Amino acid sequence: MIAEMLSYPFLVRALIGGILISLCAALLGVSLVLKRYSMIGDGLSHVSFGALSIAVAAGWAPLGVSIPVVVFAAFFLLRITESGKMKSDAAIAMISASSLAAGIVATSLTTGMTTDVSSYMFGSILAMSPGDVRLCAGLSAAVLILFVFCYDRIFAVTFDESFAKATGVNVRAYNVVIAVLTAVTIVLGMQMMGAMMISSLIIFPALTSMQVFKSFRAVVWSSGAVAVVCFCVGMAASYRFSTPAGASVVLADLGAFLAFGAAAKIRLRLKGLWDQ
Amino acid sequence: MSTLITCSHVDFGYEDHDAVTDLTMEVEEGDYLCVVGANGAGKSTLVKGLLGLLRPTGGSLEVADDLKRTGIGYLPQQTAAQKDFPASVREVVLSGALSRRGRRFFYSREEKAMADSAMERLGIRQLAGRCYRELSGGQQQRALIARALCAAGKLLILDEPVTGLDPQAIQDFYGFIRRLNREEKVAIVMVSHDVANAVGQARKILHLQQKTLFYGSARDYKETRQGREFLGGEEADK
Repeated sequence: MIAEMLSYPFLVRALIGGILISLCAALLGVSLVLKRYSMIGDGLSHVSFGALSIAVAAGWAPLGVSIPVVVFAAFFLLRITESGKMKSDAAIAMISASSLAAGIVATSLTTGMTTDVSSYMFGSILAMSPGDVRLCAGLSAAVLILFVFCYDRIFAVTFDESFAKATGVNVRAYNVVIAVLTAVTIVLGMQMMGAMMISSLIIFPALTSMQVFKSFRAVVWSSGAVAVVCFCVGMAASYRFSTPAGASVVLADLGAFLAFGAAAKIRLRLKGLWDQ
Repeated sequence: MSTLITCSHVDFGYEDHDAVTDLTMEVEEGDYLCVVGANGAGKSTLVKGLLGLLRPTGGSLEVADDLKRTGIGYLPQQTAAQKDFPASVREVVLSGALSRRGRRFFYSREEKAMADSAMERLGIRQLAGRCYRELSGGQQQRALIARALCAAGKLLILDEPVTGLDPQAIQDFYGFIRRLNREEKVAIVMVSHDVANAVGQARKILHLQQKTLFYGSARDYKETRQGREFLGGEEADK
């Protein structure tokens, strides 16, 4: 079956692009989830949907418009989360709904609700063009470089912003870099995964790994591995049972989450027996 | 004894208002200063100022060259997100050495040895591999102090360190802070709500209410009106 899958060029592109996106989303996700910024991923995917639909309706280049818009939105969301002036979860919900609405109105005024909109909502396996795959490769190179060379600083900023600031780490710069990379990850990933489901790539691997592993390093490694494995499993299942790719990957992620949860419970139980 | 930090007529504040005005004080080597005051009296602003996160809006703040080189150890208030953070104690303590590393990408052997010795001094060496979120409040506190010691050996600034600790852990905490101060000559600046203990422990007291209400020795503070008011009935009974 695997050889058969690899004989379709579009599937190969989807696999390569998807694996790279999953890896980036998972690594960035560890920091976002631990800093309680998970909602930012969800908000950005909706902004990305709005930007893409408007770009398509107006006949502009979809990625050329949505990447800058989403990067800007990422700055903005980070800012309101940091300043604490407005309840950030409420602000994010408001922005999500507004951009969703803007996207839908723009589409229905021009082309009507076409397959394009539906595929942005729920993802399409056909979405990865060769150019997108190259962008994914560039993005994952950036994320990996960041994590290899600035690993300790990312840890410090994630664990304790005020201490990191006091020891001279440029906390702002790290937050901005992470927000920008997250924004690009979301725009690239949502065409395949769908606006409704892309944030799960950010949140699931980190939450799954946190149940079992007890050091930051192990959580980071495990998140990357879980993300890639779940993506491949989801894609294989999607091919075998002709289910939508995005939804299949999310279900694979859910499966891993439950399995890790069960493993953690069993370990606790065994430890209890051991101690008796 | 040399002076680590000298404030003369310093104002600290934000765009529209000064939270601390006309503050004159100094922190000497091996000092033990406790900053007390009501909520919103400018204590946290002062901490930010001393750490260099906030520029003084007036007056002059001088930091000894020694301190500029090694930095200041800081124990921030704990955030809710930290309580269930998946990190080993070693990872947390080692992150204190980040400022010594400069532009290098990885920790050197000396920095790792320093983290080990900091854990040793706080009696948490055996917890090095344990997960931070599984520790008791008191043990988490020690891990954070070990981290601060990795960052700097001369001055520790502690922001509300005993909040959320149980009474036994609070007594332990004051015990090892006193030891660090007396035996290893680490200067301590502590912001605290726990006035009764603070006055018993510290050598000097700074009572802030935007302006300085009192600055002097802990013994004298007990005799002042503010001191008696702040310490409450306990003093009146004696």
